[in-house]
Amino acid sequence: MTDTTLAHSDSHDHHPTGLARWLFTTNHKEIGTLYLVFSLVMFLVGGAMALVIRAELFAPGLHLVNPEFFNQMTTMHALVMIFAAVMPAFVGLANWMVPLMIGAPDMALPRMNNWSFWIMPFAFTLLLSTLFMPSGGPASGWTLYPPLSLQGGNSLAFVILAIHLMGISSIMGSINIIATILNMRAPGMTLLRMPMFVWTWLITAFLLIAVMPVLAGAVTMLLTDRFFGTSFFNAAGGGDPVLYQHIFWFFGHPEVYIMILPAFGIVSEIIPTFSRKKLFGYTSMVYATASIAFLSFIVWAHHMFTVGMPLGAALFFMYATMVIAVPTGVKIFNWVSTMWRGSMTFETPMLFALGFVVLFTIGGLSGVMLAIVPADFQYHDTYFVVAHFHYVLVTGAVFAIMASVYYWIPKWTGNMYNETLGKIHFWWSTFWVNVLFFPQHYLGLAGMPRRIPDYAIQFTEFNVISSIGGFAFGLGQLLFVYIVWQCARGGQKATDGVWEGARGLEWTVPSPAPLHTFDTPPDVDHPDYVAHTSGTS
Amino acid sequence: MSEPSVQNSAGVGARFRYVARLSLFAVAMFGFGYLLVPLYDKFCEVTGIGGRTAAGPVTEYLPTEIDESRLVTVHFDANVNSSLPWAFTPAQKMMSVHPGQMYETSYTATNRSDQTVVAQAVPSVAPGQAALYFNKTECFCFTEQLLAPGETREMPVRFFVHPDLPPDTNLVTLSYIVYKNEDATARQIVALNP
Repeated sequence: MTDTTLAHSDSHDHHPTGLARWLFTTNHKEIGTLYLVFSLVMFLVGGAMALVIRAELFAPGLHLVNPEFFNQMTTMHALVMIFAAVMPAFVGLANWMVPLMIGAPDMALPRMNNWSFWIMPFAFTLLLSTLFMPSGGPASGWTLYPPLSLQGGNSLAFVILAIHLMGISSIMGSINIIATILNMRAPGMTLLRMPMFVWTWLITAFLLIAVMPVLAGAVTMLLTDRFFGTSFFNAAGGGDPVLYQHIFWFFGHPEVYIMILPAFGIVSEIIPTFSRKKLFGYTSMVYATASIAFLSFIVWAHHMFTVGMPLGAALFFMYATMVIAVPTGVKIFNWVSTMWRGSMTFETPMLFALGFVVLFTIGGLSGVMLAIVPADFQYHDTYFVVAHFHYVLVTGAVFAIMASVYYWIPKWTGNMYNETLGKIHFWWSTFWVNVLFFPQHYLGLAGMPRRIPDYAIQFTEFNVISSIGGFAFGLGQLLFVYIVWQCARGGQKATDGVWEGARGLEWTVPSPAPLHTFDTPPDVDHPDYVAHTSGTS
Repeated sequence: MSEPSVQNSAGVGARFRYVARLSLFAVAMFGFGYLLVPLYDKFCEVTGIGGRTAAGPVTEYLPTEIDESRLVTVHFDANVNSSLPWAFTPAQKMMSVHPGQMYETSYTATNRSDQTVVAQAVPSVAPGQAALYFNKTECFCFTEQLLAPGETREMPVRFFVHPDLPPDTNLVTLSYIVYKNEDATARQIVALNP
């Protein structure tokens, strides 16, 4: 404690400069920025891989890359987007905003925070380096199902080590976030007065600590099966490859909620701001989030209906999965009710949040379709599944992250972003992302399997449309990079409150937020602040 | 900082308690991942998921009577893992059996390579729920099988279908995959060429 206090007061006096400033920083805002920049870079790397996939699928036949490399691209695109783009972006937002939103001076464990971030570049250097190895990168899909994943080259060891490092980083980050939220709240900031973004992250952090170690266990078993002669998943030695699928999806299903709950939190911050109303049904939002988190642990086998299971188990997993639509529906109706009779304006963050509500719901509904066992036998491993999870992850998680960047970037940089360009970015992205992913529903229903570099010619038209959408959507994200860069460089000065309807402690500090905020905790019951806090008690 | 902020002074001990507890939770969940392995085995054994049959000869749960009124079709299937240079076929493709009666059939294996090979057959029964009622009293899958170069062997299976087999199940498939047992094969080659 004395250590952190001293380090803290020290840093008022001298800041390391240049690279050392970023290498050794323990400041939650600087670490948050590091996470967000890392995530943006990896988003572009993962996007480039997606464009390789879409370019190959532009026409039937093999014409651009060989099938082995194509499979490496589908695998790496997923690993990079999930673990290096979406998850670090949310952790970066948590670093930046959670202390500001609960009136804490910093994260609970600033040095561990530094370590959590700096593990990530090493993990992903290891992962990406496998592409340059003689045996190539992992090519078995991001799920790394054995026996296929065990039949590749030795680069698997690098992939597994990278997953371990990334998992350690996530677990440390989560411990830090939980300790911060439970222990560092300003006096008077009771749990049920916390902003929704903080609530969703608290629950997400618990999910991460619960399931990242299970993934670590599963990939360790793969490692020992491949290199040390164990037979966890090797049928010849008495193991069972289906066991891997159960362990993997015990991690994997909570993982998909890890990628969407913070997005729910972001949208729950933005919609009230631009509707100039309190969030409708705050308490039900908290309970809905907790219910979704609980249900995520008992639905994993819906990813693997086709491996076969007793009728009773299939029915259980089907109904349990459908039940998730109830708390999710509560959230969607609460957002709509928040907007009802609100004085709405449509700045870029609100546009992205509204895009999220509409398009995420499409992804949610196709998810309910996939939960139906007999239908799933038809849809399994087709492009319908690809369309489903890209609606929830791109127009869901990624749109929410973009909304949050537009929403909070004036607080981060002290400058307003270019609203015209922001709106162009939104409409461009929304149009093309639908051109990109909507036809994939039809491809899947018509039977086009996922993870293949070639296809029957009757699928050509929809693939051409999808590829055109992919390239246009990708191009639009360069505009996003430009808008962020331009905003960091300068522009119209932002006020402290930034948005007329914004509430919450983060809007009571100056823009840009100084390196140190809330050194003395704010009085959240003070009349000046009550007007700003979410007022949802 | 002139005075330590309230939440800091109150929270130091608590903060490290959180870290300790949460770290312990993470370690426990890593252990839980491994615990899923025996849990899964037990679960499969009890429910018959995955079509697993007992690893050794059945000595209990023997039938008390033969149900002459019912005929169940049993299909026999054989598969060879790609790294095993064997031919492997069932003597009969199918059989009609009365539940409760003991039957015997066989599989034929030929080692097509010029080296001694040790292999292990892994059985599986479909549908999975029938696995609980498909009992083997003798099977080549209970032990390793060693074949000299070019050797052919007929390997017996003795089994019965328990009369408790659910009435809606009239077709049961017994399938084997034979895998090369790399370690035992390597040991044999060393033993034969000292």
